[in-house]
Amino acid sequence: MSLLDTALRGLRGHPRSSIQERRPQDTGDLITPSGMLAADLANETLAGLFARPGRMSLTVLGTVIGLAALVATLGLSRTAGNRIVGHFDELAATQVVISRSPTASADASALPWDAPERLARLNGVVAAGNMSTVNVGNRLVQAASPDLFSAVRAQLRSGRLLDEGNSQRADRVAVLGPSAAQKLGISGVEQLPAIRIGDDLYLVVGILDGVARQPGLLGAVIIPEGTAKRDFGLTSPELVVMETRIGAAKLISQQAALALRPDSPRGLKVAAPTEPQRARDRVQSDLSLLFLMLGGVSLLVGAIGIANVTLVSVIERTGEIGLRRALGATRRHIAVQFLLESAAMGFIGGVIGASIGTLVVVAVAGYQSWTPVLDPLVPFAAPLLGGLVGLISGSYPALRAAGMEPVDALRTGT
Amino acid sequence: MITQPAVIELQGIGRRFGTDPPLDALVGVDLVVQRGEWLAIAGPSGSGKSTLLNILGLLDIQTAGSYRFNGIDVAGLRDQQRAGLRSRAIGFVFQAFHLIAHRSVLENVMLSDVYRKYPRRERKERALSALTQVGLSRRADYLPTRLSGGERQRAAIARATMGSPRVLLCDEPTGNLDSGTTASILDVFAELNRSGLTIVTITHEADVAQRASRKLRIVDGRIEDPQ
Repeated sequence: MSLLDTALRGLRGHPRSSIQERRPQDTGDLITPSGMLAADLANETLAGLFARPGRMSLTVLGTVIGLAALVATLGLSRTAGNRIVGHFDELAATQVVISRSPTASADASALPWDAPERLARLNGVVAAGNMSTVNVGNRLVQAASPDLFSAVRAQLRSGRLLDEGNSQRADRVAVLGPSAAQKLGISGVEQLPAIRIGDDLYLVVGILDGVARQPGLLGAVIIPEGTAKRDFGLTSPELVVMETRIGAAKLISQQAALALRPDSPRGLKVAAPTEPQRARDRVQSDLSLLFLMLGGVSLLVGAIGIANVTLVSVIERTGEIGLRRALGATRRHIAVQFLLESAAMGFIGGVIGASIGTLVVVAVAGYQSWTPVLDPLVPFAAPLLGGLVGLISGSYPALRAAGMEPVDALRTGT
Repeated sequence: MITQPAVIELQGIGRRFGTDPPLDALVGVDLVVQRGEWLAIAGPSGSGKSTLLNILGLLDIQTAGSYRFNGIDVAGLRDQQRAGLRSRAIGFVFQAFHLIAHRSVLENVMLSDVYRKYPRRERKERALSALTQVGLSRRADYLPTRLSGGERQRAAIARATMGSPRVLLCDEPTGNLDSGTTASILDVFAELNRSGLTIVTITHEADVAQRASRKLRIVDGRIEDPQ
């Protein structure tokens, strides 16, 4: 082959300049289908895109607004939702209190002594403890089961808490709430202070620093449940206080009465956390829906804008399309180029829109002193959605461009 | 002795448009263009010379007869192969230049390489070299809108010759130019032809046809031999 080539070159007799060395030498080379390098395709797309920067910016605007609205709406509803949950979770949303129903008969509404053990078996219960007011004159005495302290998140200042053994042996020991200790003039347990309740002396074994719930305990003298049963004739616990995991309170409140009194669940009153965020959620989701629809509509308008401008551009560039066909472009090359141009427009709109939307979320959250929350997927999905919108809007113009006959395109285009 | 196939070999080419009533733009055209020739095809408008050039350039397909390009029967080629052949073996020069307005002269010339998958390396050098050949290297960074008509046509010729085509097809290349500029463009063609390039020009101007090494007339879709 190379020998023949040399021979042919000699026969031709015309000196060829160096730029013509690349010339394909045999027919196999000549009829290889035409093609494009990826770099060339990217270059042609960008050149076509930025041929009219002003027009492109205006075209992209619809997509920018649409995607900015979508990203901002999704971000703001997440941010606001996060704020509400953050406000409630600490105490109210994780507390369930069970007491006897005031309307039921005493027998049907009695809480069992082993209520904490029964409730601890429910999934979602962190701690549960009994708490009962002991009737001794005007002094505030509370009887507590050992688990109550963790259920109310009690913090100890000095000494120790009441344990299971104190209750079983009915020891005459007591733990003081901080204001009760102050009132009684007891500041520490090192001196083994004792107080008198009724006719008996009780050894103070601990002083609380504070409780997160049941503030009545702050000014109370707390004695073991077993002691209250023996000394003061306590017949059944008055309250069961439960701490649940976040989000479990509602379910637990439905199960608790049945777990405690399967024979008469209606005799118990279950105080589950009210959920004000549900009302707000509904308001929020109405508003979100409105903005999402607004974003969707702008996106649609943006898509129509891209389709429109690309169609105009195809008609304006009829001559260029003819030229490209003459230079060896197939219908597919033409279609791919126009599709990529419109997809790139949508993608650029998505990038700008996602940035603006994210900034809006941060700005609003900053103004309200909220923590901005945004699903990390959203800002990345927005450009892809924009690109898809561009691709769809560009498909009809691209087909029009690809369908042009090169002869007609060269004749009519300039 | 090794015989080379002719660059262009037409046998009984016909082109019929429409069906009711059919219009015969070309009838029984036989034509052989040898390597290194400069052929001018003259004729009044509507004579079918543009149709002939479109068929020669593989932009249109004949409805009768056979066309061999460098010995290849183009009727048997797929669209992509015809496009490949256009990109590598045929250079086009148009009356309307067809330069892309917002891209520099150099980029317009380099566009020639885009559909033949030639590497981007040295592309700029080859484009500059093609521009030098037509005497336009100093205008490489200009936008086409800043060039005169003659300069635009030179840029278009550089684009057509950058890939070293087997044949240069020119459709009224001087139709938009004044007589002085026309002469200088014809000088460029003469120079290219001297260096071995085969050229086919269609024109309705007699003085343009005069510069070619061989002249044909086409009337009502039929070739007339002027001799």
